[in-house]
Amino acid sequence: MTKPRTLYEKLWDSHVVRYLTDDTALLYVDRHLLHEVSTPQSFVALDKRGCGVHRPLANLAVPDHAIPTRHRDRPIADPQARAQMAKLVENVERYGIPFIPLNDIRQGIVHVMGPEQGFTLPGMTLACGDSHTSTHGAFGTLAFGVGASECGIVMAAQALVQRKSRTMAVRIEGTLSAGVSAKDVALAFIGKVGVNGAAGHAIEYLGPAVSGFSMEARMTLCNMAIEAGARVALVAPDDTTFNWLKGRPMAPEGDLWDQAVSYWRSLPTDEGAVFDREVLLNADEIAPHVTWGTSPEDTIAIDQMVPDPEMIEDEQKRARLKRALTYMGLTASTPIAGTPVDMVFIGSCTNGRLVDLEAAAEIVKGRKVSPNVQALVVPGSGLVKQAAEEKGLDRIFIDAGFEWREAGCSMCVAMNEDRLKPGQRCASTSNRNFEGRQGRGGRTHLLSPAMAAAAAITGTLTDIRKLEAM
Amino acid sequence: MSEPLIHVTSQAISLPDPNVDTDIIFPARFLLKIDRDGMAECLFHDRRFDAAGVEQPAFPFNRDDRQAAKFLVAGPGFGCGSSREQAVWALTDWGIRVVIAPDFGDIFSGNAAKNGLLLIRMEASRVAELAVKAERGAMFSVDIPGRSFTVDHEEICRLDLGEETAEAFIEGWEEIDVILNREREHVAAFEAEHRARQPWLFQASEG
Ligand code: SF4
Repeated sequence: MTKPRTLYEKLWDSHVVRYLTDDTALLYVDRHLLHEVSTPQSFVALDKRGCGVHRPLANLAVPDHAIPTRHRDRPIADPQARAQMAKLVENVERYGIPFIPLNDIRQGIVHVMGPEQGFTLPGMTLACGDSHTSTHGAFGTLAFGVGASECGIVMAAQALVQRKSRTMAVRIEGTLSAGVSAKDVALAFIGKVGVNGAAGHAIEYLGPAVSGFSMEARMTLCNMAIEAGARVALVAPDDTTFNWLKGRPMAPEGDLWDQAVSYWRSLPTDEGAVFDREVLLNADEIAPHVTWGTSPEDTIAIDQMVPDPEMIEDEQKRARLKRALTYMGLTASTPIAGTPVDMVFIGSCTNGRLVDLEAAAEIVKGRKVSPNVQALVVPGSGLVKQAAEEKGLDRIFIDAGFEWREAGCSMCVAMNEDRLKPGQRCASTSNRNFEGRQGRGGRTHLLSPAMAAAAAITGTLTDIRKLEAM
Repeated sequence: MSEPLIHVTSQAISLPDPNVDTDIIFPARFLLKIDRDGMAECLFHDRRFDAAGVEQPAFPFNRDDRQAAKFLVAGPGFGCGSSREQAVWALTDWGIRVVIAPDFGDIFSGNAAKNGLLLIRMEASRVAELAVKAERGAMFSVDIPGRSFTVDHEEICRLDLGEETAEAFIEGWEEIDVILNREREHVAAFEAEHRARQPWLFQASEG
């Protein structure tokens, strides 16, 4: 009998071209997603060597990071963003790489568009020049973020040198309470293990809560694994996965689909397989979460107090917490709920999908955005936007006073004009609350779409469970 | 080619903050550059300068007596966050060739290896000792062929570098060339078998 293996080990083993040392291997990379910011320098490396792209059709390019979310009928106003965009078009044309243009309905954030198109499939390896590539692991895909040099290597050679990760099982028992979502689970998990808690590990989320999650919820979970230090996150593919993928434009059809599904069913972790580490979370105990500081591990339940750095023994950690409190303009040992916000951002590859917009719209319906707040909804893709409009969600948001924008990364990375001014505070469904992430001096509180919607209505960070009772 | 790294000796900059992420090292708005010029100017931009562009003398990278430093002693989790390779390009463009820390962001480590930036991992308590020495102005030195890392001539540790990695530093080889030169046939052989096993991953129109 062969040794029982985890999902990660099966994916790894099936892509090893050859081992270079005990734990590093040349790994075959099936697919590569490109965007305008990840690859200009990668193409320079290809040009310089004249080596061409090994399999152009294994790549798919789309602009998402730096593009505006308004006035798509006009040329991009920012000259640098316009040049970057033009460079991407020039590069993909020159190398014959499939491309989704800005005004195409399929355009969207790489990690929303890839799965939507069926470009992401279980059992494959996928690389992209963006750390949140772990999102695709929701499909049982070995997906990881890479830098610009590695983007060039994947295009030229279809392979990368990778170190094998240790494995970490994150088992989620129980069921989520009302008002609690996958985002809260992700934040609670990072709060529990810390930003380096899963470093060097490939996470597999399992347990009854995860099996019951939608693909969108699984993507939210895998998306934020990177904030715990993991480069790879996985959920085993199952019927939920196959039903979601079937009929997608780039998914296999007919006989090939049946062959693929029967292979994909062999991927889940074998009974008796051993993980290097296990972490247990009880979904019943997770409350809606929000970050208070400048690291994704600075999370608390919405009904808790801002922590007091003086209680921390480790000197460096205490200094970091103090700095974070000052940066965030918060006072230790005061409730986080009730903190006034200036902006609300609903979107990103973490929470920019239809179910996320539905969860937010449910809170917004029949209410008004607080007059002190500017609130934005930026759908994760053109198709998400279209589906939301078919359901009338755009009306709910617009009637309440939200701005309804075109798809892109927008305020998740603040490379376009959507950004905070120094000192402004934002309730955001994105994934990073780093200093300056949403604009220099901007203050970010990460939370779920429903919690962001509640903050827009009340103008303050709000416990969604209390709002629902109002 | 990346800049060869054989021997370097200089004073070191100490930046002990934990979890210095790549957004701090290289703020996102500078990612709009499409080439690799002027990277050093963006390095730690929002820590080196305030919003009005005034230089912050207290920030370690602004110290007059550290402008020729090639070593950085950093805190745990250095380079976590975004995958942007610009963080590495900015460090090397500024002049940093070696970073010592308890641990590093995963993708950052991969990027460093491709750009001749040597990362040395060490227990937090030993890194803290080195930070004190860095503050004092001690001379840090790395010798790749000899695999040694010394501070004021005292050996701190042996460098755990395989033959090929050391050669890549010394010659300034880039991984893309190594793979294209040595691995093409292995990849081609694997690809043929892989295609037979998982044909749905390939388009009918491909070769
Ligand atoms: S939405 Fe944010 S995290 Fe996601 S791909 Fe865009 S910039 Fe990266």
